[in-house]
Amino acid sequence: MATKQIIRMTVNGEDVELLVEARESLLEVLREKLELTGAKEGCNNGNCGACSVIFDGRLVNSCLVLAVEADGKTITTVEGIARPDRLHPAQRAFLEEAALQCGVCTPGFIVASKALLDQNPNPTEEEIRRFLAGNLCRCTGYHKIVLAVQKAAAMMQEGV
Amino acid sequence: MKPIDYVRARTLDEAVLLLRQGGERARVLAGGTDLIVQVRENRRDVDLFVDIKNIPETNRLEYDPEHGLTLGAAVPCYRIYGNPAVAKAYPGLIDAVAMIGSVQIQGRATVGGNLCNASPAADSIPPMIVYRGVCHIYGPQGSRVVPVEEFCTGPGQTVLGPGELLVWIHFPPPERHAQAHYLRFTPRNEMDIAVAGSAAYVRLNGERIASARVALSAVAPTPLFVPEVGEYLAGKEITDEVIRQAGELAKAAARPITDMRGTAEQRKHLSAVLTRRALRGAIQRAQEA
Ligand SMILES: Cc1cc2nc3c(=O)[nH]c(=O)nc-3n(C[C@H](O)[C@H](O)[C@H](O)COP(=O)(O)OP(=O)(O)OC[C@H]3O[C@@H](n4cnc5c(N)ncnc54)[C@H](O)[C@@H]3O)c2cc1C
Ligand code: FES
Ligand code: FES
Repeated sequence: MATKQIIRMTVNGEDVELLVEARESLLEVLREKLELTGAKEGCNNGNCGACSVIFDGRLVNSCLVLAVEADGKTITTVEGIARPDRLHPAQRAFLEEAALQCGVCTPGFIVASKALLDQNPNPTEEEIRRFLAGNLCRCTGYHKIVLAVQKAAAMMQEGV
Repeated sequence: MKPIDYVRARTLDEAVLLLRQGGERARVLAGGTDLIVQVRENRRDVDLFVDIKNIPETNRLEYDPEHGLTLGAAVPCYRIYGNPAVAKAYPGLIDAVAMIGSVQIQGRATVGGNLCNASPAADSIPPMIVYRGVCHIYGPQGSRVVPVEEFCTGPGQTVLGPGELLVWIHFPPPERHAQAHYLRFTPRNEMDIAVAGSAAYVRLNGERIASARVALSAVAPTPLFVPEVGEYLAGKEITDEVIRQAGELAKAAARPITDMRGTAEQRKHLSAVLTRRALRGAIQRAQEA
């Protein structure tokens, strides 16, 4: 019973093959087996968004995906968002706007912001707040996060 | 989480076989947004996850104005609201799928899972009831169909027998001059579970309501179809008093409890208010349809 299974997935552009148990979440496997500790475990039940990753093009909570479900899938974590020579505009804007305090929520917000900007390059404040409703922050009060996303949108439009 | 097995079923027959062999401790895994949390928190004892997301029939999302909508049980919310033809034909369903959890949750959660989890507060069930959804079930004895309003039998309980699974839900095409609207009350705008909700469908005949259907969430042990409202509204002229009376009938049908989200009294009151607003919303959409 409870046999282990081999899964193959593409994480941040790299093909990986791993032996996992069905009870392990994608979040656990990313953090503990692949040492990608950007995605955080905040609640482990889908409420906080700190574990957000892009899974076959969709923003998901990696705590609510089993690693076995990721077999054959493509995953982008916060570690895979920057270019080798340059941070993603969302990352730069979060730094410049000081849109973080303790930082636990930040990787989730960055991944979610990237997902938003990829589908909506010029979101309104209302659209930003709605889209990011699945990401909780206990420190900033969200205002600076919204400003950072607006700034990232502007940077992307200007191509900087 | 304790040790568990996982199988990616490729056909309906394979899924049914696995469910039969696994008995009570085998569970269908769709988006996992309810099930993974329940197993992790030891609220459900499961030995085997049967993943149905790779079965062709459960992935169907097909709409045409003649045959209506076939909505596979494994189709996640984002695919539903991301389909322009479906969004135009069934806006009352979109109201619900676009409010379930967050963008992250909508990337995984299915309406099949919402229905089979059978929470009284499930947002997609009242709109599926008013759009006359029919559940197509497959199991050891073959196929059968059950209207959505008869699918849930109690909190977390459904008509599904051993080895059975929900394959898809079918909806008739929208009628002319008809539409639906769903809304709920929550203290927060997003990421909250309904204190109460109401879905209304109306078909208009000029200034009159030809027919109507209303269903409520979170005010009874199951999502609640309220045929009395439709019976009352049929043939009535649209006036404030008629809408008010319809709300009172919904309120009378509600049998809520008091819990951490709200009191029975508040839920009764909300049943009337939300039903009035859902009817107004549905009438407006029907006039524009
Ligand atoms: C943070 C968060 C917020 C949420 N917000 C909302 C909300 O606003 N409104 C709301 O209504 N719900 C909400 N939910 C609950 C949940 O997301 C929904 O109920 C969702 O639609 C469940 O679908 P799923 O595909 O994830 O189901 P799963 O978790 O895969 O399955 C749910 C149950 O149904 C069974 N099942 C699934 N598919 C089938 C099938 N085809 N045949 C037989 N049995 C089946 C499973 O075995 C399981 O018992 C929320 C959940 C979380 C974690
Ligand atoms: S850890 Fe996944 S949503 Fe909180
Ligand atoms: S910065 Fe601390 S939780 Fe957001």
